[in-house]
Amino acid sequence: MTEPLSFELSRPAVDPPRLPEADVAGPVPADVLPREMLRSRPPGLPRVSEPEIMRHYSRLASLNYSISENFYPLGSCTMKYNPVLNELAAALPGFAGLHPYQDEDSIQGALELMWRLEQALCAVVGVDRVTLQPAAGAHGEWTALRMIAAFHHSREEKRTEVLVPDSAHGTNPASAALSGFRVVEVRSGPDGRISLADLESKLSPQTAALMLTNPNTLGLFEREILDIAEMVHDTGALLYYDGANLNAFMGICRPGDMGFDAVHMNLHKTFTTPHGGGGPGAGPVGVKSDLVPFLPTPTVERSNGHLTLDYKRPRSIGRVRSFYGNFGMLVRAYTYILAMGGDGLSQASQDAVLSANYLRKLVESDLDMPHEGPCMHEFVASARHLTSEHGVRALDIAKALLDRQFYAPTVYFPLVVPEAIMVEPTETESRATLDSFAGAIKEIVAQAKSDPEGLHAEPRNTPVGRLDEVAAARKINAYLVGQSEDPILRWKAPSETA
Amino acid sequence: MLETIGVESMNDLLVDIPQSLRLESLQLPNGLSEFETMAQVTALANRNKVYPDRLTFRGGGVYRRFIPAAVAAVTSKPEFYTAYTPYQAEASQGTLQAIFEYQTLIAELTAMDVSNASLYDGATAVAEAAMMAYVHTGRDEVLVSGYLHPEYVQVLRAFGDGRGIKVRKGDQPSKKTAAIIFQQPDFLGLLVDAPGLTRAAHDAGALAIACVDPISLAILAAPGEYGADIAVGEGQQLGLAPSLGGPHVGFIACKRDLVRKLPGRLVGTAHDAQGRRGFVLALAAREQHIRREKATSNICTNHSLCALAAAVYLTYMGPYGLRQVAEVSFKRAHNLAERLAALPGWELAFPERQFVNEFPIRVPKSSSVVKKLARKGILGGLDVSRWFRELKGVLTFTCTEVNDARALDELVAALQS
Repeated sequence: MTEPLSFELSRPAVDPPRLPEADVAGPVPADVLPREMLRSRPPGLPRVSEPEIMRHYSRLASLNYSISENFYPLGSCTMKYNPVLNELAAALPGFAGLHPYQDEDSIQGALELMWRLEQALCAVVGVDRVTLQPAAGAHGEWTALRMIAAFHHSREEKRTEVLVPDSAHGTNPASAALSGFRVVEVRSGPDGRISLADLESKLSPQTAALMLTNPNTLGLFEREILDIAEMVHDTGALLYYDGANLNAFMGICRPGDMGFDAVHMNLHKTFTTPHGGGGPGAGPVGVKSDLVPFLPTPTVERSNGHLTLDYKRPRSIGRVRSFYGNFGMLVRAYTYILAMGGDGLSQASQDAVLSANYLRKLVESDLDMPHEGPCMHEFVASARHLTSEHGVRALDIAKALLDRQFYAPTVYFPLVVPEAIMVEPTETESRATLDSFAGAIKEIVAQAKSDPEGLHAEPRNTPVGRLDEVAAARKINAYLVGQSEDPILRWKAPSETA
Repeated sequence: MLETIGVESMNDLLVDIPQSLRLESLQLPNGLSEFETMAQVTALANRNKVYPDRLTFRGGGVYRRFIPAAVAAVTSKPEFYTAYTPYQAEASQGTLQAIFEYQTLIAELTAMDVSNASLYDGATAVAEAAMMAYVHTGRDEVLVSGYLHPEYVQVLRAFGDGRGIKVRKGDQPSKKTAAIIFQQPDFLGLLVDAPGLTRAAHDAGALAIACVDPISLAILAAPGEYGADIAVGEGQQLGLAPSLGGPHVGFIACKRDLVRKLPGRLVGTAHDAQGRRGFVLALAAREQHIRREKATSNICTNHSLCALAAAVYLTYMGPYGLRQVAEVSFKRAHNLAERLAALPGWELAFPERQFVNEFPIRVPKSSSVVKKLARKGILGGLDVSRWFRELKGVLTFTCTEVNDARALDELVAALQS
């Protein structure tokens, strides 16, 4: 089942919607603007009636899998239920209708919300201040690294390297490079945790920071975190926490207490703001007092119950986003925290850890478990043996799950595990859902042994089958080198691509 | 469940966490019922002053526009807003096709070859474009011409600091210049010589980066028409609420020869074994999850749901709806400018310059003017001297299709009183 593009549904006879008329006297653009300033022909937007638009997008929606429908075991992505109340809160006219350049006196409620959210996040992760400005996790990573760079610079130290474990998210090295650092990789040991010996050998007076997520991307808690923190701090470097895995331990422990100096959080993971098919999210960054002077401007300050935006921060790294961040996402996260409370957040993390260990147990006889448990909120299995013995890869298992009404786990990440299958069930899922997912895995593994060819042909029940990305890449390349006029990356009228 | 796992208590699952790190509880109040939660959140919302659309004359990068009901009806579908980034294409065709349509809409609007799947906002879009130019040309200076949004410049500087890119004001490129960045219309609402700046950039071997207002493109020459290399901008006006500045959406589109340097997600068409057309994430070799520290950007996802809103908005409007919105705004702003300039002591700050629907005007006692309007429930002009000392006493006013004739009358009457 496929759906035509809006451009293919376009008909010249469709009238534009009825819109306000210019009820005042005034010029039209052609009267006053020189010809070369004017558009020569109207943009090629489609002409589709409202009923057709609604049907078009309803049909597109039906082609999507979402967390509102069923289990989304995507490791490292924390796909938990997005409370519908959050959406109502963000849509309140008292929030959605605010202009960012209104006077501070007229947005006291919004500033109060930001201030309270900052306090709550400080309490959850154990830091002194939080900036709410970064728009996403990767943006938060980069913001934190800019602060770390500014910190070392202020001490007249030239530190040019950032250490990143080989199991880290790809955004870590990318953010470090974007911040002007050289990336040095630290190896994991056989138990899946960072190798202290390798860390020791990589730490030097050049080291600006170690970026770490704990539990790591294998779902394992770095038991020696206190030693790691000491080693890093002893060389004068700082410790950065990638908050992708924060859902593992709210109320159980805090990165700030582990010795992390800067911590980013993904409100779209841990604090239930919806993923939106890939954003918008929000990636606040918390810091210990040493880094506070370098926070982006403006910060939200509260004095005698009056809230202000502080722009006079001479040592700040500057501004990382226009205005004050993704405010609508901040409203959603604050609403979630209010509803959950300290008790609810702690329970959520415990349930997430319980779910992951339970599911891990159910599938441990079907898939390889390269590392010993217990795990935290997620675990990484491997399809290594199915690949070597039956030619069935992690990707085949992912696609077969799609045919069984589940989304797929994260596959081929982390890179340190061959044929990795990374599963994060979250506290949202019931035991019945976990049982039925484990049942699907068992069925697929059995089929891998009896009928591997059949698995290669899956998915069959999805709107389209496996898409030939290699052929697509070849066509894009032909366009980019000028051998074809079909860009593949956009629609063009058939007459234009011939 | 504990029994299945083979442990006795939750604590047995948390054995790897050093005892000294374990918390008793979080220092936060206990949870609330839905009713109590909403009451508290609503109380905060009610402490804010919301100006009606029609009496909002303040812009500066965020504008009140008519938002068709279809936009929220689509973006509030849980199939869209609770899906993840479309990693498994076969189960994500809805999101992928919507992004593909968005990419095509933005490419058409800007008259560029290819658009990406969106960025965070206009400011980061400018910064990402500058980094593309830096990588493409191997030069480390970018020139900011005229009145580019001051917050965009600040964000550009913060990104430039990390990459070693020097951000300078000016429009005289040299052999060190990677790009000239200009805004059309600029932060004050004034039109700049976009074709001239583009030519100047190209003559020096630099790229031209046009930061554009998407609605104005129904009227104004598009970046692709005057030869700009990269078009960027803020898409808030395409169906998104002001929401104190976010979430909104940044767009970025470029010419064919720069596509491999684009940051973020790109969606393209592909086919399955039965020959059915589908959509996939394309050219992923540019991205962080493959290239790690060699990626074109660290951006992981985009602002997909906001891009979806923009796609619905542009599809709803079509070419002629968008033109009507732009022309109504144009006419009303010119009407208002004439009437404001006739007030005693008021004068257009740049009378010789053209504008679209936002304009700077020099007024006596600007801060008391703004306060007086606020008392009458009108969100008046933006005092731009906050960023530009040379513009003391200058307010920018904006008009769109939501500011009807009576609203203009009320504004003028309030100023005369």
